[in-house]
Amino acid sequence: MKEGRPRSFYVLAIFFAAYTLFLYGPMIAIYVLSFQGPQGGLTFPMNGVSTFWIAKLFQGTGIVDLGAAFRRSLLLGIIVMIVTVVLSVAAGMAFRRKFKAQSILFYSAIASLIVPSIITSLGISLEFRIIDDLIKAHWNENFETSMGLLTSGLGAHLTWTLPFGLLIMFAIFNRFDPRLEEAARDLGATPWQAFRHVVLPIILPSVIGIGLFGFTLSWDELARSSQAIGAVNTLPLDLQGLTTTVTNPDIYALGTVISAVSFTVITLALGTIHVLNKRQAAKGSDAGKGLV
Amino acid sequence: MDTSEDILQQAPPGLIPGSGTARAAKPTRLSPSFISWLQAGPMMLVFLAFFLIPLVFVVIVSFWDYNEYQLLPAFSGRGYTDTFEGCIAQLPDLCTIARTYLMTLKLCFLVWVITLFIGFWVAYFLAFHVKSKTWQMGLSLLCTIPFWTSNVIRMIAWIPLLGRNGLVNSGLVKTGLINQPLEWLLFSEFSVVLALVHLFTFFMVVPIFNSMVRIDKSLIEAAYDAGATGFQTLVNVIIPLAKPGIVIGSIFVITIVMGDFITIGVMGGQQIAAAGKIIETRVNALQFPAAAANAVILLVITFLIITMMSRIVDIKKEL
Repeated sequence: MKEGRPRSFYVLAIFFAAYTLFLYGPMIAIYVLSFQGPQGGLTFPMNGVSTFWIAKLFQGTGIVDLGAAFRRSLLLGIIVMIVTVVLSVAAGMAFRRKFKAQSILFYSAIASLIVPSIITSLGISLEFRIIDDLIKAHWNENFETSMGLLTSGLGAHLTWTLPFGLLIMFAIFNRFDPRLEEAARDLGATPWQAFRHVVLPIILPSVIGIGLFGFTLSWDELARSSQAIGAVNTLPLDLQGLTTTVTNPDIYALGTVISAVSFTVITLALGTIHVLNKRQAAKGSDAGKGLV
Repeated sequence: MDTSEDILQQAPPGLIPGSGTARAAKPTRLSPSFISWLQAGPMMLVFLAFFLIPLVFVVIVSFWDYNEYQLLPAFSGRGYTDTFEGCIAQLPDLCTIARTYLMTLKLCFLVWVITLFIGFWVAYFLAFHVKSKTWQMGLSLLCTIPFWTSNVIRMIAWIPLLGRNGLVNSGLVKTGLINQPLEWLLFSEFSVVLALVHLFTFFMVVPIFNSMVRIDKSLIEAAYDAGATGFQTLVNVIIPLAKPGIVIGSIFVITIVMGDFITIGVMGGQQIAAAGKIIETRVNALQFPAAAANAVILLVITFLIITMMSRIVDIKKEL
């Protein structure tokens, strides 16, 4: 046996560190630049330090109606998160048994994940346009549109978040010991009780992970929203619209605010998962820890 | 559908075979297959309403006619003929659509090669060199967190670095390596590839890492014991066993880049034509059948690439 670490470890450790710097470096640069002084421009060096640009966003005198877009994105993100968690857990439970149409659902999810977003988005927008035309032709001539944040927009986001939710559920139940549930059933629990008091507490940390994916993927979603969101914009769409026109650091300030929400959600979710895991380790089973 | 199971569901619960166990005495007990439908049905409905039916509409509308401002639901191949306009007449020169796809495939190939290289070695480091589970978790998380933040922000984050007066240019000018700021750093093919690699290497790291942690470490020891060099072990043991992850990661990256229009738009300064961008341009011009025809073409090409790749590995078995 060789002692210590092989040379390849150090080479790859440096490679990994460089990759991490590549991942985070540019992001950190714009977080710093969003605190430019009032006279500052789009690039380094900093021209003083201030919260001028961030304050400007919140005063509403800036580039976009931040408040409205912010509330819309937040609302949509929360709804997408809840729907993703509920539907993924339910479908994940179904996949533990064989059922008809199992492979149809599986391949739909995979296809939804890898069919280019622009195509899904275009399809949804065509679907709603055709529905609108039908309503106008047959029922109500003055009908405006059925497209909107919580119809076509919600659907578009779900085609992106649900496949992730389902795949995470697969990963959970690959490691799940079905004997725990059987034991509960043998002790007389109804299927619902077994789920509520045995399965759910065990999978809860991963379920929070699904919620984290659901919210953050929706909060940052762009490609699928682009054609399917209807008349209003979400925050990322506003941000994208600015990239071609803006010459002030407000775009960085907006980026920083959006990221701050992402990081708050990530921290909350990871913190909760950590606490739950610790509790499970402390109060969980003593199986395999020796005889009494 | 009147399958035998559906008929059985309508029968009183006592008649259903397999439910005659101890607790089946309760009359309200639902059959397992009905429960499966209840559990999986809602997700299936979402995919049906917002994915499968829309895809059908894309195909249908691609054969519709159109004028300057509206859809005309009558059969027409105009969406396609407009798209391929000049492809035969201009030979041997390439027509717009051919050049666009060539450009898309070129970007695709570059991004694929680079993300595969980075993704493989990052995953290799995490799977084989990081021994402690806590460190492994922490470092994987470090790679994942950017994925949960906004793509547009990660794109515009390059502007202060690569712009005309950006950090890289001013650094290079100061050290005297160049006299003029480099123009090709931003809003160019270079910045598009850089941003795509930056955004999507994650999709390569995760599946490859997943395949690698499943490799039995004793196989690697056995290879060493049998006298294999590190390189031989890598080529003959690790790469074949990590192949499923490599293929899945490649499918992700290639399909994302094939359909991308946002990164290519923002980082290419809206100047680079790509398959996804044509669709966006057509939609903005309200030429929906032409947009749909382009979507169908893109879908077919993407599907061909995936079929080719999934011949190498059975995706369902690997998840």
